[in-house]
Amino acid sequence: MTNHRGRARRLGDDVNTDYIIASRRKKETLDENILKQYLLEAVDPAFAATVRAGDILVAGTNFGCGSAMEVAATVVLAAGIPIVLAGSFARSFYRNAINNGLLPIECDTSDIREGDTIALSIEPSGTTIVNERTGGRETRAPLGGIAGDILAAGGLVSYLQREGRFVR
Amino acid sequence: MTGQTISEKILSAKSGGSALAGDVVVCDVDLVLGTDASAPMAIGYFERMGGTRVHDASRVVFALDHYAPPSSAATKGFHDQVRAFAKKHGVRVFEVGEGISHQIAVERGLVRPGMLVVGADSHTVTCGAVNAFATGVGSSDLAAAMLTGQLWFRVPQTIRVVLDGARPPGTSAKDVALTLVSTLGAGGAEYRALEFTGPAARDFSFDDRLVLSNLAVEAGAKAAVWHPDAVLDAHVAGFVSDRGEPVSPDVGARYARELVVDLASIGPTVALPHAPNNVVPIARVPDTPIHMVFLGTCTGGRVADYHEALAVLERGGGQLAAGVQLVVTPASSEVERQLAADGTLVKLARMGATITMPGCGACCGTSGVIPGDGMNVLSTANRNFKARMGNATASIYLASPAACAAAALTGRITDPRSPA
Repeated sequence: MTNHRGRARRLGDDVNTDYIIASRRKKETLDENILKQYLLEAVDPAFAATVRAGDILVAGTNFGCGSAMEVAATVVLAAGIPIVLAGSFARSFYRNAINNGLLPIECDTSDIREGDTIALSIEPSGTTIVNERTGGRETRAPLGGIAGDILAAGGLVSYLQREGRFVR
Repeated sequence: MTGQTISEKILSAKSGGSALAGDVVVCDVDLVLGTDASAPMAIGYFERMGGTRVHDASRVVFALDHYAPPSSAATKGFHDQVRAFAKKHGVRVFEVGEGISHQIAVERGLVRPGMLVVGADSHTVTCGAVNAFATGVGSSDLAAAMLTGQLWFRVPQTIRVVLDGARPPGTSAKDVALTLVSTLGAGGAEYRALEFTGPAARDFSFDDRLVLSNLAVEAGAKAAVWHPDAVLDAHVAGFVSDRGEPVSPDVGARYARELVVDLASIGPTVALPHAPNNVVPIARVPDTPIHMVFLGTCTGGRVADYHEALAVLERGGGQLAAGVQLVVTPASSEVERQLAADGTLVKLARMGATITMPGCGACCGTSGVIPGDGMNVLSTANRNFKARMGNATASIYLASPAACAAAALTGRITDPRSPA
Protein backbone atom coordinates (compact mmCIF):
# COMPACT_ATOMS: atom_id res chain seq x y z
CA MET A 1 0.00 0.00 0.00
CA THR A 2 2.60 2.55 1.13
CA ASN A 3 6.18 2.56 2.21
CA HIS A 4 7.91 4.95 4.50
CA ARG A 5 11.58 5.37 5.34
CA GLY A 6 12.57 7.75 8.08
CA ARG A 7 14.96 8.63 10.86
CA ALA A 8 14.24 7.32 14.35
CA ARG A 9 13.85 9.91 17.10
CA ARG A 10 14.34 7.93 20.26
CA LEU A 11 12.30 8.54 23.42
CA GLY A 12 11.95 6.57 26.65
CA ASP A 13 9.07 5.00 28.58
CA ASP A 14 6.03 6.83 29.99
CA VAL A 15 6.34 9.97 27.84
CA ASN A 16 3.22 11.84 28.90
CA THR A 17 1.19 14.23 26.75
CA ASP A 18 2.29 17.23 28.84
CA TYR A 19 5.82 16.42 27.68
CA ILE A 20 4.69 16.14 24.05
CA ILE A 21 3.07 19.57 24.35
CA ALA A 22 2.64 21.50 27.60
CA SER A 23 -0.87 22.47 28.76
CA ARG A 24 0.37 26.02 29.30
CA ARG A 25 1.30 26.26 25.59
CA LYS A 26 -2.10 25.23 24.33
CA LYS A 27 -3.83 27.83 26.45
CA GLU A 28 -2.48 30.47 24.08
CA THR A 29 -3.36 28.76 20.79
CA LEU A 30 -4.61 25.46 19.37
CA ASP A 31 -2.79 26.07 16.08
CA GLU A 32 -0.53 23.05 15.74
CA ASN A 33 1.71 24.90 13.30
CA ILE A 34 2.59 27.33 16.10
CA LEU A 35 2.60 24.72 18.87
CA LYS A 36 5.01 22.47 16.97
CA GLN A 37 7.94 24.69 17.96
CA TYR A 38 7.39 23.46 21.54
CA LEU A 39 7.18 19.75 20.63
CA LEU A 40 8.68 17.63 23.45
CA GLU A 41 10.31 20.69 25.03
CA ALA A 42 10.11 19.15 28.51
CA VAL A 43 12.21 16.21 27.27
CA ASP A 44 14.63 18.34 25.24
CA PRO A 45 14.15 22.06 24.58
CA ALA A 46 16.15 21.70 21.34
CA PHE A 47 14.11 18.78 20.03
CA ALA A 48 11.62 20.67 17.87
CA ALA A 49 14.33 22.50 15.95
CA THR A 50 15.98 19.21 14.96
CA VAL A 51 12.87 17.50 13.57
CA ARG A 52 12.89 16.79 9.84
CA ALA A 53 9.78 15.95 7.87
CA GLY A 54 9.43 12.19 7.73
CA ASP A 55 11.09 11.52 11.09
CA ILE A 56 9.61 8.69 13.13
CA LEU A 57 9.04 8.92 16.88
CA VAL A 58 10.24 5.78 18.62
CA ALA A 59 9.25 5.32 22.24
CA GLY A 60 9.22 2.69 24.93
CA THR A 61 6.07 1.67 26.74
CA ASN A 62 3.00 3.74 27.70
CA PHE A 63 3.60 6.51 25.16
CA GLY A 64 1.15 9.40 25.47
CA CYS A 65 0.05 8.76 29.04
CA GLY A 66 -1.57 11.43 31.18
CA SER A 67 -3.90 14.03 29.75
CA ALA A 68 -6.14 13.06 26.81
CA MET A 69 -5.44 16.38 25.08
CA GLU A 70 -5.63 15.95 21.34
CA VAL A 71 -3.00 18.55 20.44
CA ALA A 72 -0.50 15.91 21.57
CA ALA A 73 -1.36 14.05 18.35
CA THR A 74 -1.93 17.00 16.00
CA VAL A 75 1.34 18.71 16.97
CA VAL A 76 3.33 15.56 16.12
CA LEU A 77 1.72 15.45 12.68
CA ALA A 78 2.25 19.19 12.16
CA ALA A 79 5.95 18.72 12.87
CA GLY A 80 6.07 16.37 9.87
CA ILE A 81 6.16 13.11 11.86
CA PRO A 82 3.68 10.64 10.31
CA ILE A 83 4.37 7.53 12.43
CA VAL A 84 4.96 6.70 16.09
CA LEU A 85 6.45 3.34 17.09
CA ALA A 86 6.11 2.35 20.73
CA GLY A 87 6.21 -0.72 22.91
CA SER A 88 2.72 0.31 24.01
CA PHE A 89 0.48 3.37 23.93
CA ALA A 90 -1.80 5.02 26.42
CA ARG A 91 -5.29 4.44 25.04
CA SER A 92 -6.34 8.08 24.78
CA PHE A 93 -3.26 9.00 22.74
CA TYR A 94 -3.77 5.91 20.59
CA ARG A 95 -7.33 6.93 19.73
CA ASN A 96 -6.36 10.54 19.12
CA ALA A 97 -3.56 9.45 16.78
CA ILE A 98 -5.85 7.23 14.70
CA ASN A 99 -8.56 9.89 14.62
CA ASN A 100 -6.11 12.36 13.08
CA GLY A 101 -4.34 9.99 10.68
CA LEU A 102 -1.15 9.70 12.72
CA LEU A 103 -0.10 6.04 12.47
CA PRO A 104 0.60 4.43 15.88
CA ILE A 105 2.36 1.06 15.66
CA GLU A 106 2.85 -1.17 18.68
CA CYS A 107 6.08 -3.10 18.26
CA ASP A 108 9.31 -4.02 19.99
CA THR A 109 11.35 -0.82 19.96
CA SER A 110 14.04 -1.93 22.41
CA ASP A 111 16.83 -2.19 19.78
CA ILE A 112 16.07 1.05 17.96
CA ARG A 113 18.49 3.91 18.64
CA GLU A 114 18.36 7.63 17.94
CA GLY A 115 19.14 8.21 14.27
CA ASP A 116 18.53 4.67 13.04
CA THR A 117 16.89 4.50 9.64
CA ILE A 118 13.57 2.69 9.87
CA ALA A 119 11.86 1.35 6.75
CA LEU A 120 8.16 0.51 6.95
CA SER A 121 6.16 -1.43 4.44
CA ILE A 122 2.49 -0.85 5.12
CA GLU A 123 0.34 -3.43 3.37
CA PRO A 124 -3.24 -4.62 3.87
CA SER A 125 -1.80 -7.89 5.16
CA GLY A 126 0.29 -6.16 7.81
CA THR A 127 3.03 -3.69 8.51
CA THR A 128 6.69 -4.70 8.40
CA ILE A 129 9.16 -2.58 10.34
CA VAL A 130 12.85 -2.92 9.43
CA ASN A 131 15.73 -1.33 11.30
CA GLU A 132 18.33 -0.83 8.56
CA ARG A 133 21.20 -0.59 11.07
CA THR A 134 20.55 -3.89 12.81
CA GLY A 135 18.55 -5.71 10.18
CA GLY A 136 15.93 -6.27 12.86
CA ARG A 137 12.53 -6.94 11.33
CA GLU A 138 9.04 -7.27 12.80
CA THR A 139 5.69 -7.71 11.12
CA ARG A 140 2.55 -6.53 12.86
CA ALA A 141 -0.99 -7.50 11.97
CA PRO A 142 -3.03 -4.70 10.38
CA LEU A 143 -5.25 -2.66 12.64
CA GLY A 144 -8.69 -4.22 12.28
CA GLY A 145 -12.23 -3.19 13.02
CA ILE A 146 -13.47 0.35 13.34
CA ALA A 147 -10.03 1.69 14.26
CA GLY A 148 -8.64 0.26 11.02
CA ASP A 149 -11.51 1.75 9.04
CA ILE A 150 -10.96 5.20 10.62
CA LEU A 151 -7.26 5.06 9.86
CA ALA A 152 -7.92 3.90 6.29
CA ALA A 153 -10.32 6.81 5.83
CA GLY A 154 -7.54 9.18 6.87
CA GLY A 155 -9.07 10.03 10.24
CA LEU A 156 -12.33 10.38 12.12
CA VAL A 157 -13.52 13.50 10.27
CA SER A 158 -13.43 11.84 6.86
CA TYR A 159 -14.75 8.56 8.30
CA LEU A 160 -17.85 10.24 9.77
CA GLN A 161 -18.31 12.46 6.71
CA ARG A 162 -18.58 9.24 4.71
CA GLU A 163 -20.40 6.94 7.14
CA GLY A 164 -22.39 9.38 9.25
CA ARG A 165 -22.03 7.06 12.25
CA PHE A 166 -19.81 4.30 13.62
CA VAL A 167 -20.29 1.13 11.59
CA ARG A 168 -19.19 -2.12 13.20
CA MET B 1 -22.06 -18.08 28.83
CA THR B 2 -19.21 -16.82 30.96
CA GLY B 3 -19.93 -14.32 33.67
CA GLN B 4 -19.30 -10.64 33.01
CA THR B 5 -17.39 -7.92 34.80
CA ILE B 6 -19.07 -4.59 35.54
CA SER B 7 -17.40 -3.02 32.47
CA GLU B 8 -18.52 -5.89 30.24
CA LYS B 9 -22.07 -5.56 31.56
CA ILE B 10 -22.31 -1.79 31.08
CA LEU B 11 -20.75 -1.87 27.60
CA SER B 12 -23.07 -4.78 26.68
CA ALA B 13 -26.14 -2.91 27.85
CA LYS B 14 -25.16 0.27 26.00
CA SER B 15 -24.34 -1.59 22.77
CA GLY B 16 -27.43 -3.78 22.83
CA GLY B 17 -25.46 -6.99 22.73
CA SER B 18 -23.43 -9.28 24.91
CA ALA B 19 -19.80 -8.28 24.98
CA LEU B 20 -16.69 -9.67 26.59
CA ALA B 21 -13.19 -8.27 26.93
CA GLY B 22 -11.55 -7.81 23.55
CA ASP B 23 -14.81 -7.28 21.65
CA VAL B 24 -15.29 -4.02 19.77
CA VAL B 25 -18.67 -2.40 20.43
CA VAL B 26 -20.54 0.74 19.40
CA CYS B 27 -22.31 2.17 22.43
CA ASP B 28 -24.95 4.78 23.15
CA VAL B 29 -23.30 7.28 25.48
CA ASP B 30 -25.33 8.49 28.46
CA LEU B 31 -23.30 11.56 29.37
CA VAL B 32 -20.74 13.54 27.37
CA LEU B 33 -18.50 16.00 29.24
CA GLY B 34 -16.40 18.69 27.60
CA THR B 35 -14.20 21.41 29.09
CA ASP B 36 -12.84 24.76 27.99
CA ALA B 37 -9.56 22.94 27.32
CA SER B 38 -11.09 20.28 25.05
CA ALA B 39 -14.41 21.57 23.70
CA PRO B 40 -12.96 24.32 21.47
CA MET B 41 -11.04 21.73 19.43
CA ALA B 42 -14.09 19.43 19.51
CA ILE B 43 -16.24 22.18 18.03
CA GLY B 44 -13.77 22.40 15.15
CA TYR B 45 -13.94 18.63 14.54
CA PHE B 46 -17.76 18.69 14.85
CA GLU B 47 -18.03 21.31 12.15
CA ARG B 48 -15.54 19.58 9.85
CA MET B 49 -17.52 16.34 10.29
CA GLY B 50 -20.45 18.24 8.82
CA GLY B 51 -22.27 18.50 12.13
CA THR B 52 -25.30 20.79 12.12
CA ARG B 53 -27.02 19.52 15.25
CA VAL B 54 -26.02 17.75 18.44
CA HIS B 55 -27.61 14.30 18.55
CA ASP B 56 -29.01 14.72 22.07
CA ALA B 57 -28.02 18.00 23.71
CA SER B 58 -29.56 16.90 27.02
CA ARG B 59 -26.72 14.39 27.38
CA VAL B 60 -23.95 16.91 26.77
CA VAL B 61 -22.41 19.24 29.37
CA PHE B 62 -19.55 21.71 29.13
CA ALA B 63 -17.62 23.05 32.13
CA LEU B 64 -15.36 26.10 31.95
CA ASP B 65 -12.84 24.77 34.46
CA HIS B 66 -9.27 24.84 33.12
CA TYR B 67 -9.11 28.58 32.51
CA ALA B 68 -10.94 29.81 35.59
CA PRO B 69 -10.70 32.72 35.46
CA PRO B 70 -9.39 33.33 31.94
CA SER B 71 -6.03 35.06 32.15
CA SER B 72 -5.59 35.98 28.49
CA ALA B 73 -7.46 37.02 25.40
CA ALA B 74 -6.99 33.52 23.99
CA THR B 75 -8.58 31.74 26.95
CA LYS B 76 -11.44 34.24 27.07
CA GLY B 77 -11.89 33.51 23.38
CA PHE B 78 -12.15 29.75 24.06
CA HIS B 79 -14.86 30.45 26.64
CA ASP B 80 -16.85 32.61 24.25
CA GLN B 81 -16.54 29.99 21.52
CA VAL B 82 -17.84 27.27 23.87
CA ARG B 83 -20.70 29.48 25.10
CA ALA B 84 -21.76 30.34 21.54
CA PHE B 85 -21.77 26.69 20.43
CA ALA B 86 -23.66 25.66 23.56
CA LYS B 87 -26.29 28.34 23.06
CA LYS B 88 -26.80 27.40 19.42
CA HIS B 89 -27.17 23.69 20.19
CA GLY B 90 -28.90 23.83 23.57
CA VAL B 91 -25.98 22.38 25.54
CA ARG B 92 -25.72 23.16 29.25
CA VAL B 93 -22.67 25.15 30.32
CA PHE B 94 -21.27 25.22 33.83
CA GLU B 95 -19.72 28.64 33.98
CA VAL B 96 -16.33 29.88 35.11
CA GLY B 97 -16.12 29.30 38.87
CA GLU B 98 -18.72 26.51 39.05
CA GLY B 99 -16.04 23.85 39.17
CA ILE B 100 -14.32 20.91 37.51
CA SER B 101 -16.37 18.95 34.96
CA HIS B 102 -16.33 15.51 36.60
CA GLN B 103 -16.74 16.99 40.10
CA ILE B 104 -19.85 18.87 38.97
CA ALA B 105 -21.16 15.81 37.13
CA VAL B 106 -20.89 13.70 40.27
CA GLU B 107 -22.08 16.16 42.90
CA ARG B 108 -25.09 17.31 40.88
CA GLY B 109 -26.20 13.74 40.23
CA LEU B 110 -25.62 13.84 36.47
CA VAL B 111 -23.71 10.55 36.83
CA ARG B 112 -25.85 7.62 37.92
CA PRO B 113 -25.01 3.96 38.53
CA GLY B 114 -24.79 1.89 35.35
CA MET B 115 -24.14 4.85 33.07
CA LEU B 116 -21.61 5.13 30.26
CA VAL B 117 -19.85 8.48 30.61
CA VAL B 118 -17.22 9.93 28.29
CA GLY B 119 -15.37 13.13 28.96
CA ALA B 120 -12.69 14.97 27.06
CA ASP B 121 -10.57 15.07 30.18
CA SER B 122 -8.54 12.07 31.33
CA HIS B 123 -9.78 12.41 34.90
CA THR B 124 -13.33 11.57 33.82
CA VAL B 125 -12.49 8.15 35.35
CA THR B 126 -13.31 9.83 38.68
CA CYS B 127 -17.00 9.19 37.94
CA GLY B 128 -16.37 5.44 38.37
CA ALA B 129 -17.02 5.97 42.08
CA VAL B 130 -20.71 6.15 41.13
CA ASN B 131 -20.58 2.60 39.68
CA ALA B 132 -20.52 4.05 36.16
CA PHE B 133 -18.17 3.20 33.29
CA ALA B 134 -16.49 6.57 32.79
CA THR B 135 -13.50 7.19 30.57
CA GLY B 136 -11.46 10.02 29.10
CA VAL B 137 -11.30 10.73 25.37
CA GLY B 138 -9.88 13.40 23.10
CA SER B 139 -11.65 16.22 21.34
CA SER B 140 -12.39 14.31 18.11
CA ASP B 141 -14.13 11.52 20.02
CA LEU B 142 -16.01 14.17 21.99
CA ALA B 143 -17.16 15.64 18.68
CA ALA B 144 -18.21 12.22 17.38
CA ALA B 145 -20.18 11.50 20.55
CA MET B 146 -21.97 14.86 20.23
CA LEU B 147 -22.71 14.24 16.55
CA THR B 148 -23.82 10.60 16.68
CA GLY B 149 -24.71 9.99 20.33
CA GLN B 150 -22.37 7.01 20.15
CA LEU B 151 -18.75 5.99 20.46
CA TRP B 152 -16.83 2.79 19.73
CA PHE B 153 -14.92 0.92 22.42
CA ARG B 154 -12.77 -2.12 22.75
CA VAL B 155 -14.16 -3.82 25.84
CA PRO B 156 -11.35 -3.83 28.40
CA GLN B 157 -10.11 -6.61 30.58
CA THR B 158 -10.53 -5.85 34.26
CA ILE B 159 -8.15 -5.87 37.20
CA ARG B 160 -10.03 -6.67 40.38
CA VAL B 161 -8.69 -4.52 43.22
CA VAL B 162 -9.51 -6.05 46.59
CA LEU B 163 -9.28 -3.62 49.51
CA ASP B 164 -8.44 -5.60 52.59
CA GLY B 165 -7.43 -4.95 56.17
CA ALA B 166 -7.73 -1.99 58.49
CA ARG B 167 -6.59 1.39 57.24
CA PRO B 168 -4.42 2.89 59.98
CA PRO B 169 -5.43 6.25 61.47
CA GLY B 170 -3.56 8.97 59.62
CA THR B 171 -3.61 7.09 56.30
CA SER B 172 -5.77 9.00 53.86
CA ALA B 173 -7.43 7.83 50.65
CA LYS B 174 -4.71 9.70 48.74
CA ASP B 175 -2.04 7.53 50.37
CA VAL B 176 -3.92 4.40 49.31
CA ALA B 177 -4.38 5.75 45.78
CA LEU B 178 -0.71 6.71 45.37
CA THR B 179 0.34 3.31 46.67
CA LEU B 180 -1.97 1.62 44.18
CA VAL B 181 -0.53 3.65 41.28
CA SER B 182 2.97 2.77 42.44
CA THR B 183 2.11 -0.93 42.72
CA LEU B 184 0.52 -1.05 39.27
CA GLY B 185 3.13 1.20 37.63
CA ALA B 186 2.54 4.05 35.20
CA GLY B 187 1.23 1.73 32.50
CA GLY B 188 0.20 -1.16 34.72
CA ALA B 189 -3.50 -0.80 33.96
CA GLU B 190 -3.07 0.24 30.31
CA TYR B 191 -6.14 -0.69 28.19
CA ARG B 192 -7.73 -2.16 31.32
CA ALA B 193 -10.46 -1.26 33.75
CA LEU B 194 -10.24 -1.50 37.51
CA GLU B 195 -13.01 -2.80 39.75
CA PHE B 196 -12.83 -1.78 43.41
CA THR B 197 -14.23 -4.19 45.96
CA GLY B 198 -13.17 -6.15 49.04
CA PRO B 199 -13.97 -6.42 52.73
CA ALA B 200 -12.56 -2.94 53.46
CA ALA B 201 -14.39 -1.18 50.60
CA ARG B 202 -17.15 -0.20 53.02
CA ASP B 203 -14.58 1.82 54.99
CA PHE B 204 -14.05 4.09 51.99
CA SER B 205 -16.41 7.05 51.98
CA PHE B 206 -17.85 8.25 48.70
CA ASP B 207 -15.25 11.04 48.58
CA ASP B 208 -12.48 8.50 49.27
CA ARG B 209 -13.73 6.51 46.27
CA LEU B 210 -13.51 9.54 44.02
CA VAL B 211 -9.82 9.86 44.97
CA LEU B 212 -9.02 6.23 44.11
CA SER B 213 -10.93 6.31 40.82
CA ASN B 214 -9.33 9.65 39.92
CA LEU B 215 -5.76 8.45 40.36
CA ALA B 216 -6.40 5.15 38.55
CA VAL B 217 -5.72 6.89 35.24
CA GLU B 218 -2.15 7.55 36.41
CA ALA B 219 -1.70 3.78 36.08
CA GLY B 220 -3.33 3.97 32.64
CA ALA B 221 -6.75 2.61 33.65
CA LYS B 222 -9.52 3.09 31.11
CA ALA B 223 -12.16 3.09 33.85
CA ALA B 224 -12.17 2.58 37.61
CA VAL B 225 -15.55 1.30 38.76
CA TRP B 226 -16.66 0.65 42.32
CA HIS B 227 -18.97 -2.20 43.23
CA PRO B 228 -22.40 -1.03 44.40
CA ASP B 229 -23.01 -1.05 48.15
CA ALA B 230 -24.50 0.95 51.01
CA VAL B 231 -22.09 3.86 50.42
CA LEU B 232 -23.31 4.15 46.84
CA ASP B 233 -26.92 3.82 48.02
CA ALA B 234 -26.39 6.75 50.38
CA HIS B 235 -24.90 8.85 47.57
CA VAL B 236 -27.83 8.27 45.19
CA ALA B 237 -30.47 8.51 47.93
CA GLY B 238 -30.68 12.24 47.36
CA PHE B 239 -31.27 11.95 43.61
CA VAL B 240 -34.72 13.25 42.79
CA SER B 241 -35.96 11.36 39.77
CA ASP B 242 -33.59 8.62 38.65
CA ARG B 243 -31.25 6.70 40.91
CA GLY B 244 -29.79 4.66 38.06
CA GLU B 245 -29.33 0.91 37.87
CA PRO B 246 -26.43 -0.39 39.96
CA VAL B 247 -24.34 -3.05 38.24
CA SER B 248 -22.57 -5.90 40.01
CA PRO B 249 -20.22 -8.36 38.33
CA ASP B 250 -21.45 -11.90 37.69
CA VAL B 251 -20.17 -14.80 39.70
CA GLY B 252 -17.63 -16.35 37.34
CA ALA B 253 -16.65 -13.07 35.68
CA ARG B 254 -13.14 -13.32 34.29
CA TYR B 255 -10.46 -10.93 35.51
CA ALA B 256 -7.04 -10.19 34.06
CA ARG B 257 -5.68 -10.32 37.57
CA GLU B 258 -6.58 -9.73 41.17
CA LEU B 259 -4.64 -7.23 43.23
CA VAL B 260 -5.08 -7.36 47.01
CA VAL B 261 -4.32 -4.05 48.70
CA ASP B 262 -3.27 -4.57 52.30
CA LEU B 263 -4.42 -1.32 53.86
CA ALA B 264 -2.73 -2.00 57.19
CA SER B 265 0.66 -1.69 55.47
CA ILE B 266 -0.02 1.77 54.01
CA GLY B 267 1.00 4.96 55.78
CA PRO B 268 1.49 8.53 54.60
CA THR B 269 3.23 8.55 51.22
CA VAL B 270 4.69 11.06 48.78
CA ALA B 271 5.06 10.91 45.00
CA LEU B 272 8.46 12.41 44.21
CA PRO B 273 9.19 14.41 41.05
CA HIS B 274 8.44 13.85 38.20
CA ALA B 275 5.95 10.95 38.07
CA PRO B 276 2.86 10.03 40.11
CA ASN B 277 4.04 6.43 40.42
CA ASN B 278 7.37 7.52 41.94
CA VAL B 279 6.00 6.88 45.41
CA VAL B 280 7.82 6.43 48.72
CA PRO B 281 6.71 6.32 52.36
CA ILE B 282 6.98 9.82 53.80
CA ALA B 283 9.58 8.67 56.34
CA ARG B 284 11.94 7.84 53.47
CA VAL B 285 11.68 11.24 51.78
CA PRO B 286 14.96 13.17 52.20
CA ASP B 287 14.69 16.46 54.04
CA THR B 288 12.96 18.66 51.48
CA PRO B 289 12.05 22.34 51.82
CA ILE B 290 8.60 23.27 50.49
CA HIS B 291 7.82 26.73 49.11
CA MET B 292 4.25 26.31 47.91
CA VAL B 293 1.44 24.08 49.15
CA PHE B 294 -1.52 23.51 46.84
CA LEU B 295 -4.82 22.22 48.26
CA GLY B 296 -7.19 21.61 45.39
CA THR B 297 -8.05 19.73 42.15
CA CYS B 298 -10.32 16.82 41.28
CA THR B 299 -8.15 14.63 43.51
CA GLY B 300 -7.85 16.72 46.66
CA GLY B 301 -10.21 19.68 46.41
CA ARG B 302 -13.32 18.38 48.16
CA VAL B 303 -14.83 19.24 51.55
CA ALA B 304 -13.37 16.20 53.32
CA ASP B 305 -9.90 17.10 51.99
CA TYR B 306 -10.04 20.60 53.46
CA HIS B 307 -11.33 19.27 56.77
CA GLU B 308 -8.41 16.81 56.83
CA ALA B 309 -5.95 19.63 56.12
CA LEU B 310 -7.53 22.07 58.57
CA ALA B 311 -7.40 19.54 61.41
CA VAL B 312 -3.63 19.22 60.95
CA LEU B 313 -3.17 22.98 60.61
CA GLU B 314 -5.17 23.71 63.78
CA ARG B 315 -3.50 20.95 65.76
CA GLY B 316 -0.14 22.47 64.83
CA GLY B 317 -1.14 25.99 65.88
CA GLY B 318 -2.20 27.36 62.52
CA GLN B 319 0.95 29.38 61.90
CA LEU B 320 2.23 28.91 58.35
CA ALA B 321 6.00 28.55 58.01
CA ALA B 322 7.77 31.67 56.78
CA GLY B 323 8.05 31.73 53.02
CA VAL B 324 5.38 29.10 52.36
CA GLN B 325 2.54 30.08 50.07
CA LEU B 326 -0.65 28.10 50.78
CA VAL B 327 -3.02 28.04 47.79
CA VAL B 328 -6.61 26.82 48.19
CA THR B 329 -8.75 26.09 45.11
CA PRO B 330 -12.02 24.25 45.83
CA ALA B 331 -13.02 21.71 43.18
CA SER B 332 -16.45 23.32 42.76
CA SER B 333 -18.67 26.16 43.87
CA GLU B 334 -20.67 23.64 45.93
CA VAL B 335 -17.49 22.66 47.80
CA GLU B 336 -16.71 26.36 48.25
CA ARG B 337 -20.24 27.01 49.56
CA GLN B 338 -19.99 24.24 52.15
CA LEU B 339 -16.53 25.37 53.27
CA ALA B 340 -17.78 28.93 53.61
CA ALA B 341 -20.81 27.79 55.59
CA ASP B 342 -18.84 25.69 58.07
CA GLY B 343 -16.14 28.30 58.61
CA THR B 344 -13.28 26.39 56.99
CA LEU B 345 -12.55 29.01 54.35
CA VAL B 346 -12.32 31.90 56.77
CA LYS B 347 -10.03 29.91 59.04
CA LEU B 348 -7.72 29.11 56.12
CA ALA B 349 -7.81 32.72 54.97
CA ARG B 350 -6.88 33.98 58.45
CA MET B 351 -3.88 31.67 58.40
CA GLY B 352 -2.78 33.42 55.25
CA ALA B 353 -4.00 31.07 52.53
CA THR B 354 -4.57 32.41 49.03
CA ILE B 355 -8.10 31.30 48.18
CA THR B 356 -8.90 31.17 44.49
CA MET B 357 -11.95 30.61 42.33
CA PRO B 358 -13.10 26.95 42.06
CA GLY B 359 -11.76 25.02 39.07
CA CYS B 360 -8.60 23.21 38.01
CA GLY B 361 -6.51 26.05 39.43
CA ALA B 362 -2.75 25.67 39.48
CA CYS B 363 -2.78 21.92 38.66
CA CYS B 364 -1.71 22.16 35.02
CA GLY B 365 -0.37 25.66 34.68
CA THR B 366 -3.48 26.92 32.93
CA SER B 367 -4.75 29.25 35.65
CA GLY B 368 -3.99 30.32 39.17
CA VAL B 369 -0.60 30.49 40.80
CA ILE B 370 2.46 29.45 38.75
CA PRO B 371 5.40 28.33 40.91
CA GLY B 372 8.61 30.33 40.67
CA ASP B 373 11.97 29.09 39.42
CA GLY B 374 13.41 26.25 41.46
CA MET B 375 10.46 26.11 43.84
CA ASN B 376 9.34 22.89 45.51
CA VAL B 377 5.58 22.40 45.57
CA LEU B 378 3.65 19.92 47.70
CA SER B 379 0.24 19.34 46.17
CA THR B 380 -2.96 17.32 46.63
CA ALA B 381 -3.19 16.97 42.82
CA ASN B 382 -2.69 13.89 40.68
CA ARG B 383 0.18 14.76 38.32
CA ASN B 384 3.69 15.99 39.04
CA PHE B 385 5.22 15.82 35.59
CA LYS B 386 8.03 18.27 34.97
CA ALA B 387 6.57 21.66 33.97
CA ARG B 388 3.05 20.44 34.77
CA MET B 389 2.27 23.55 36.82
CA GLY B 390 3.77 25.87 34.23
CA ASN B 391 7.42 26.07 35.28
CA ALA B 392 9.91 23.42 34.17
CA THR B 393 12.36 24.33 36.95
CA ALA B 394 9.85 23.71 39.75
CA SER B 395 9.67 20.30 41.44
CA ILE B 396 6.23 18.94 42.31
CA TYR B 397 5.60 16.45 45.10
CA LEU B 398 2.18 14.83 45.60
CA ALA B 399 0.68 13.86 48.95
CA SER B 400 -2.48 13.77 51.06
CA PRO B 401 -4.20 16.92 52.32
CA ALA B 402 -2.87 16.11 55.82
CA ALA B 403 0.74 15.86 54.62
CA CYS B 404 0.33 19.07 52.61
CA ALA B 405 -0.98 20.84 55.69
CA ALA B 406 1.92 19.55 57.80
CA ALA B 407 4.38 20.95 55.25
CA ALA B 408 2.62 24.31 55.31
CA LEU B 409 3.35 24.46 59.05
CA THR B 410 6.97 23.37 58.92
CA GLY B 411 8.10 24.47 55.45
CA ARG B 412 9.43 20.96 54.84
CA ILE B 413 7.97 17.61 53.90
CA THR B 414 6.72 16.37 57.26
CA ASP B 415 4.91 13.27 58.46
CA PRO B 416 1.40 14.56 59.30
CA ARG B 417 1.16 12.10 62.18
CA SER B 418 3.97 13.90 64.01
CA PRO B 419 3.85 17.62 63.20
CA ALA B 420 6.58 19.78 64.57
